[in-house]
Amino acid sequence: MITGGRTATAKVRGDRSVGFDVERIRQDFPILGEKVRGKPLVYLDNAATSQKPQVVIDTVHRFLSTYNSNVHRGVHQLSERATEAYEQARQKVQRFINAAESREIIFVRGTTEAINLVAQSYGRERIRAGDEIVISGMEHHSNIVPWQILCEQTGAVLRVVPINDDGELLLDEYVTLLTPRTRLVSVAHVSNALGTINPVREIVRLARRQGVPVLVDGAQAVPHLKVDVRDLDCDFYAFSGHKVFGPTGIGVLYGQARLLEGMPPYQGGGDMIKSVTFEKTVYNDLPYKFEAGTPHIGGVIGLGAAADYLEGVGLDRVAAYEHELLGYATEALSAIPAVRIIGTAKEKASVLSFVVDGVHAHDIGTVLDHEGIAIRAGHHCAMPVMQRFGVPATARASLAFYNTREEIDAFVRGIHKVIEMFV
Amino acid sequence: MSDLRELYQQLILDHSKKPRNFRKLDGANRTAEGHNPLCGDDITLYLQVEDDVIRGIGFQGSGCAISRASASMMTDSVKGKTEAEAQRLFERFHSLVTGEGDEAGDPVDLGKLAVFSGVKEFPVRVKCATLSWHTLRAALEGKGEGVSTE
Repeated sequence: MITGGRTATAKVRGDRSVGFDVERIRQDFPILGEKVRGKPLVYLDNAATSQKPQVVIDTVHRFLSTYNSNVHRGVHQLSERATEAYEQARQKVQRFINAAESREIIFVRGTTEAINLVAQSYGRERIRAGDEIVISGMEHHSNIVPWQILCEQTGAVLRVVPINDDGELLLDEYVTLLTPRTRLVSVAHVSNALGTINPVREIVRLARRQGVPVLVDGAQAVPHLKVDVRDLDCDFYAFSGHKVFGPTGIGVLYGQARLLEGMPPYQGGGDMIKSVTFEKTVYNDLPYKFEAGTPHIGGVIGLGAAADYLEGVGLDRVAAYEHELLGYATEALSAIPAVRIIGTAKEKASVLSFVVDGVHAHDIGTVLDHEGIAIRAGHHCAMPVMQRFGVPATARASLAFYNTREEIDAFVRGIHKVIEMFV
Repeated sequence: MSDLRELYQQLILDHSKKPRNFRKLDGANRTAEGHNPLCGDDITLYLQVEDDVIRGIGFQGSGCAISRASASMMTDSVKGKTEAEAQRLFERFHSLVTGEGDEAGDPVDLGKLAVFSGVKEFPVRVKCATLSWHTLRAALEGKGEGVSTE
């Protein structure tokens, strides 16, 4: 790569330092060849959802067209095949985040459902009036509202770790919020609105000293960083399939078996029971206790394919490439005087949230859309973050490993057009 | 860029940069707040209505170019009109930006508001263009506690 690929690397700028052939990666994603409004698609809305590699599309297609059937119950061959593929995917996900056992992988609809599951199962069982739950000031609504609901139900109190002007969590404040009343900590691994990478291992270590379990919202981390739940030592880890190049409607709750074992079911129904009579029902073992009803089988199998794909590419290489690309984009955007970047933490991944003086984020989004460039404009389901930075909304470009420097250049040209038009 | 220029016509850009009637109206007897949670757009509308006629109008708030320009031009358009005339103008405007309804033969004259015809090509921006109008309706109908376009 370093010697032989000199011409190619010179042409494809951005891969020189990490030996990452982004043009080859792009071939794996059919949508990247699409045109939007007559322009080549520049997809910079990866924090909302990611694009799908052909192998994920094919895997789901193959399931639906050749062995679609229900899992865990059929005596016929198709059901056996579907069950096998479903459980293999669980093992793939287990390896992907380095969980100790596959029964620690619970398939849910997405990060939101995973957090709600912990709030309603673990939370309602263990949390009482006057107890405290600690979250951070940079959480997505999905890591705020489930805890507010739990607080309403139990009389517990929500405590919020503040963030500084760069969008970094104030660890000193966090330490003071950990009290004998703290029953749970729930924080984002990577902020969807700011891109901040939180020091999760340290957050867990500090909570551990007081025996407080920690849930990590990994929705924005898993597509960009190598996640090792045992290294982080967290109790729960939640993420969504569709943000990690898999299908929508599928997500993962990882939980340490010792905790999951003691938790009551979240939903009742088929598949989550061993036996049912009108007098007594015996719940199934992990992980099935938490997977009531027919699951999103195609989604699970597709997510397994996405995990395999990412392991093939190598998340360390992804992280290195994206780090460089984010640096390039940050520098280019910072050079425009009217632009202010929101979220300037030292440790960041993927996200460039910004405002342009005198221009509303939606107008930025509309003008860029006309250049074929997809970004997000709004509050990013993190209204408290917007309030913290005193802006009604931001524009957000969020990167994936298939984005290129050329796309960043197109994006920056688009911002100049915005300024030309509105300022 | 052609249909982008259709959306962001010069008059719209002008009103968004220099909105008219952009102030709190002293002596207002009707007010209402409008909010578009998706965009974070906020508007507070102040009306002085006497004998069924909108004598004075002003607004404050923040929003995108479309919502600011629409609020600015709405205030210009309804000043001096009766409540019923203002309501009819809103219906006509709504048809224009959603692309629904028969424009030919409609007796209500939109005047300068016709520059918002480009909005119909941008369905997600219809809410931006109509936020101030929904707020106007809430103020006229005495539902001052707030409207939301979500």
